Formats: sequence, structure tokens, C-alpha cells
Amino acid sequence: MEKGDKATLIVHSGEFDKVYSALIIGTGALSMGMDVSMYFTFWGLERLKKNELDKGPLSRMNFLGLGKWFMKRKLKKKNVREMDELIKDFHELGGKILACDMTMDIMGVDKEDLREEVITDYCAVGTYIKEAKESDVTLFI
Amino acid sequence: MTKCNKLNVLGETCPVPLVETRKAVRKSSPGDIIEVVGNHPESKEEIPMAVEELGLELLDIEDDGEQWKIKIKIPEDD
Repeated sequence: MEKGDKATLIVHSGEFDKVYSALIIGTGALSMGMDVSMYFTFWGLERLKKNELDKGPLSRMNFLGLGKWFMKRKLKKKNVREMDELIKDFHELGGKILACDMTMDIMGVDKEDLREEVITDYCAVGTYIKEAKESDVTLFI
Repeated sequence: MTKCNKLNVLGETCPVPLVETRKAVRKSSPGDIIEVVGNHPESKEEIPMAVEELGLELLDIEDDGEQWKIKIKIPEDD
């Protein structure tokens, strides 16, 4: 693989807007012909639980959920594709979703709690570093 | 046999026109032509970028001010 053909994203945050950004960047990079791996860890991993993908609060101006409600309304009005569709697009375009083993362990998350149908593998930091070394684009979100 | 696949992304916004174009490319065969119609301004610039990155052939871009049409060809196998 030539350099510049791979993007590796760490999704550490579980907030609605940050996970949204990560999925848009991930699907965008796949669409531009890159190979993409997204590593979900810590609060990000929470979003891989069943029916939890869009459940995070806004990272700013959440106002006990009112800000998020307003943001979701705006997104719908502007016809922005829903997160659940984006993660399916990501999967369909061959993107890899990796769940952090250690986070699962410390947070008491079992495989059955997660959306196994979109998860490619379960791994630790070494796998990320190996992939990141081969990548031209690496993001920590 | 060469096919012309039409893709309508009118009213769609980032990143959908790009994502749907990529999906259409993946489903196409060498020699096929894909015609993408949309009205998201940035995608008119970005789809040709993706075409270049993917090593495809950009046949034509039309824009009537209301909507654009991009024609892409999947290269024939050597």
C-alpha cells in the first residue's frame, strides 16, 4: 500500500457531535479511496453498545439535553444522514471498526453488549500503533 | 457489457453524495459509466477529487446553476 492510502481514527469521546464527526470523516476517507480503521475506546466504546450510537450528549451547550434536541432537529431539517446510517455505510464501504479490549474489561462490557455486526475485531494498543505507523492520516477524537 | 448507472443525490448533503458515489463505483464493472446528479455545491468539487484518487476517468461536469451532473467512467481492464 502506498503512503496516504490509509486513515486511522481513535474514537475516545462518546459525545454526540464528536462521534458524528468521526463517522463523517471515516466514511469520507473511505469514499476518497482510503482504507480506514476506527478504534473505539473509553467513552467512544460506550457508543458501540446496542442502541447507544447517538445517545451521547453534545460536547458543548448540551443544556441538559435541550441543546442536543435542538441540534438533532437542525440535522434532520438539513437532511444530514443519521449516525446509524453512516455506521452502516462505513461498514458497507469496507471500513474497519475495532473495539478496545481493555476498555471492555475495565468497564465490564461484554461482546454481547456491543453491536457485533459492525465490529471487525477486538484489540489492544499494539494493533493501533501498527496501523497508525502505516497511516498518513491519524486522528484522536 | 457497458452500463450507465444513474445516481440521484439531489437534496443530499455532506458526506452522502461522496459516499453514494463510492458505493456506485464499487458496484460497477470496468467500462461502466456512472452519472451522478446532485445540488450540494461542495460535492461538485469533491466528487472529481475522489475520481482522481480512485484512478477513474472524469468524462464530464455540467452545472445549470440549480443542479450539477458528473459523468464518471470506470477504466477498462488492461
